[in-house]
Amino acid sequence: MTILSLALRRLAASLPTLVIILAGLFLLLQLAPGDTVDALMAQMGGGDPALAEELRRFYGLDISALAQLGRYLLRLVQFDLGQSAIYGKPVAQVIAERLPVTLLLMGSSLSLAFAAGTALGILAARQLDRWPDTLISTLGLIFYATPSFWFGLMGIVLFSITLGWLPSGGFEEVGAGLTGLDRALDIAWHLVLPTVTLALIFLATYLRIMRASMLEVMSLDFVRTARAKGLAETGVVVRHALRNAMLPMVTLIGLQAGTMLGGSVVVESVFALPGLGRLAYESVVQRDLNTLLGIVFVSALLVIVINFLVDLLYGQLDPRIGAGR
Amino acid sequence: MIINRREAIRIAGALALGSAAGSPAFAQSGTPKRGGTLTVQLSGEQRVLNPAIRASTGVYIVTSKIMEPLVDLDASGVPAAVLATSWTSAPDGKTHTFKLREGVTWHDGKPFTSADVQYTAMEMWKKYLNYGTQLQQYLEAVETPDATTAVFKYSRPMPQNLLLRALCDLGYIAPRHVFEGTNILDNPANTAPIGTGPFKFVQYERGQFIIADRNPNYWRKDFPYLDRIVWRFIIDKAAAAAALETGQTQLSTYNALSLADLDRLKTDARFTVTSKGLEANAFNNTLEFNTRRKELSDVRVRQAIAQAIDVPFFIENFIYGQGKPATGPIPSVSTAFYTEAPPPYKLDVKKANALLDEAGYKRGAGGTRFTLKLVPIQNGEDVPLLATFIQQSLSQVGIKVDILNLDSAGALATVYRDWNFDLATGWHQYRGDPAVSTTVWYRSGSPKGAPWTNQYGWKNDAVDKMIDDAAAELDPVKRKALYAEWVKAVNADIPVWMMIERTFQTAISKKVQGALNMPRWGSGDWHDTWIES
Repeated sequence: MTILSLALRRLAASLPTLVIILAGLFLLLQLAPGDTVDALMAQMGGGDPALAEELRRFYGLDISALAQLGRYLLRLVQFDLGQSAIYGKPVAQVIAERLPVTLLLMGSSLSLAFAAGTALGILAARQLDRWPDTLISTLGLIFYATPSFWFGLMGIVLFSITLGWLPSGGFEEVGAGLTGLDRALDIAWHLVLPTVTLALIFLATYLRIMRASMLEVMSLDFVRTARAKGLAETGVVVRHALRNAMLPMVTLIGLQAGTMLGGSVVVESVFALPGLGRLAYESVVQRDLNTLLGIVFVSALLVIVINFLVDLLYGQLDPRIGAGR
Repeated sequence: MIINRREAIRIAGALALGSAAGSPAFAQSGTPKRGGTLTVQLSGEQRVLNPAIRASTGVYIVTSKIMEPLVDLDASGVPAAVLATSWTSAPDGKTHTFKLREGVTWHDGKPFTSADVQYTAMEMWKKYLNYGTQLQQYLEAVETPDATTAVFKYSRPMPQNLLLRALCDLGYIAPRHVFEGTNILDNPANTAPIGTGPFKFVQYERGQFIIADRNPNYWRKDFPYLDRIVWRFIIDKAAAAAALETGQTQLSTYNALSLADLDRLKTDARFTVTSKGLEANAFNNTLEFNTRRKELSDVRVRQAIAQAIDVPFFIENFIYGQGKPATGPIPSVSTAFYTEAPPPYKLDVKKANALLDEAGYKRGAGGTRFTLKLVPIQNGEDVPLLATFIQQSLSQVGIKVDILNLDSAGALATVYRDWNFDLATGWHQYRGDPAVSTTVWYRSGSPKGAPWTNQYGWKNDAVDKMIDDAAAELDPVKRKALYAEWVKAVNADIPVWMMIERTFQTAISKKVQGALNMPRWGSGDWHDTWIES
């Protein structure tokens, strides 16, 4: 019950932010030169102005920007995200088709980065200033500094073109008609390269934070106490230090869950995955306002939900935080 | 010529690559084999897949396999029978009668008749088809005396060769029974096309792929050879090249790969890289002058600018030699209209400086005469390169150029609707006949906001008259002569400079046979295409 009321309170508090974001974005896009009909004209290589007028009417662009915004918000309170100009179907449906791919990619690479970052961070902290620490820190920095599209392309060159082990792109085998477990395995096989590519970028942050956090916690009094009462080193690290060192990591995962939605544009393009990032990019280029606003709306909701879950997790990890509620 | 270090490196690299490139001859051999799947890479999605309301290579590359036009080009580039079997024209050029193919059925089983032609022409081409609306503006009615005859009635003379050539692109027929009584722009058949073609639409998974399967009831008996065509969306050009190399796709066309990858794959024995099969889609790199700007209203300034830019150097070093200096707005591949001539302007910096001095624009402080704003209209990766090259070249003759970078929607609105530019550079696409989409670049009176038309405030009554006369001239020989005269006039006055003549490039696996065998093959029906095992 407390969780439910907390969730509702959080959602209510986020509503004004959401409206401001949507209205702001709408107005910002009005400042960009050209509308979706110009983008369409560019794509189809020209057409006469009478046709353009006809298309503007068709896309509902023949009224003032404020009237359009009013119309949009009115629809939004009825949970209607409007029609997508690029796809000619409801935005909610377009997003629903793309969301699973993005969530799958985001979830798997975030988990991979989190798990590997935690393990490597602990290892580096335990081996402070010895060669494993130097190696891990240097590699982390290299991964962090390398642009993701380059990683992706090099992965394709090595594992798809040269070695032929993995597919160079796509979400699944087209027209293979696979079902059930076979299909799941096929999708997993296609997602290996993109997941690793995306995870490598985020890995560095996690491992740096974990390393620093471990070092700090390991120097605290209660760790000395744990050692003094004769616990083995593994027990000290896992049971006492790790749990406390996790707090900044959990904060970070909440923050990154938001950025990962946008950050996957590059990876989705390189690996030809039908995700939300690419949809957002196409919506901007094609000036498809409804779709873009829809994506922002869904992303914002997702960030709110994830942050709420993170707050709940804080309470689990550190009872002192929950007690204040 | 001022070249910075990064460009010098790029040029050195380009030269090294260029010298290694050979061009293996494209060979077609063996007996055609039934079966197999052809996978084609696409670099962008289309909003609709209906070529009767949208003329664009992005639509044709998919739907021309599913829907068919009245006529299409044959191997030698002459319009040949498809859904129309024969045609006659009245001497006054106002009536054109098409005999239609019998026994053709739509994919949903309904028969194809003259009613479909009438409906498509009047309700789609005339109302919603880009370039079709202009082409058919004087079309008054399509009469259907019987199920296999369609009579096109025009209020002004329409040259038969213009109509037939244009109909290869602008003559796709849609099923009347599917569209009649609905909102045409909103009809679901726009993204799930129903046609008469060799392949039947199966599935369109947004952002991923489109599938079409063999039509067993196709009117060309025993065709097509292929069982299935899959189009896969791969936006990233480097990833598209990787997909081709790993065999995930067999075809990338209309410059869907980067110029560097096209150049690299030329030397790969598994692939053919060629402009063959796309000759009908020639295009130019352009430089448009806004003559509302005082300096640019002087023809001497426009000519000076054209002589300050080393076009052959750009072609060789920036676009891997994929093009040649244009001789005017009609490309050399358009044999029916092209008249041999040298490029109108060559690099001559001394002359350019003299012309600018003569026009009264002396160099001021820092050697600058005046500043111009250049808007690149993003069509391909070469456009921003050319914009930078123009900027550097013009700084040599004392013209400072500021580049305003926008995406394509933004550039289109800025140049053609707001007229907020001094110079613009992009592509002019030639569509088989100068009257389709080329003369509009020069004809005055184009309504404000029409992209890729004369929006530069330039008006020349003599040129306007030539354009109108040529469009209504029924004798092909006289028509060609009129266009030759017109090319000379617009080259001299250059409101827009056609800088480079280019054709699109295809990269295709050598396993694909029966390919590239006509000048608009990328937009063809692929009924005779097959895959070697």
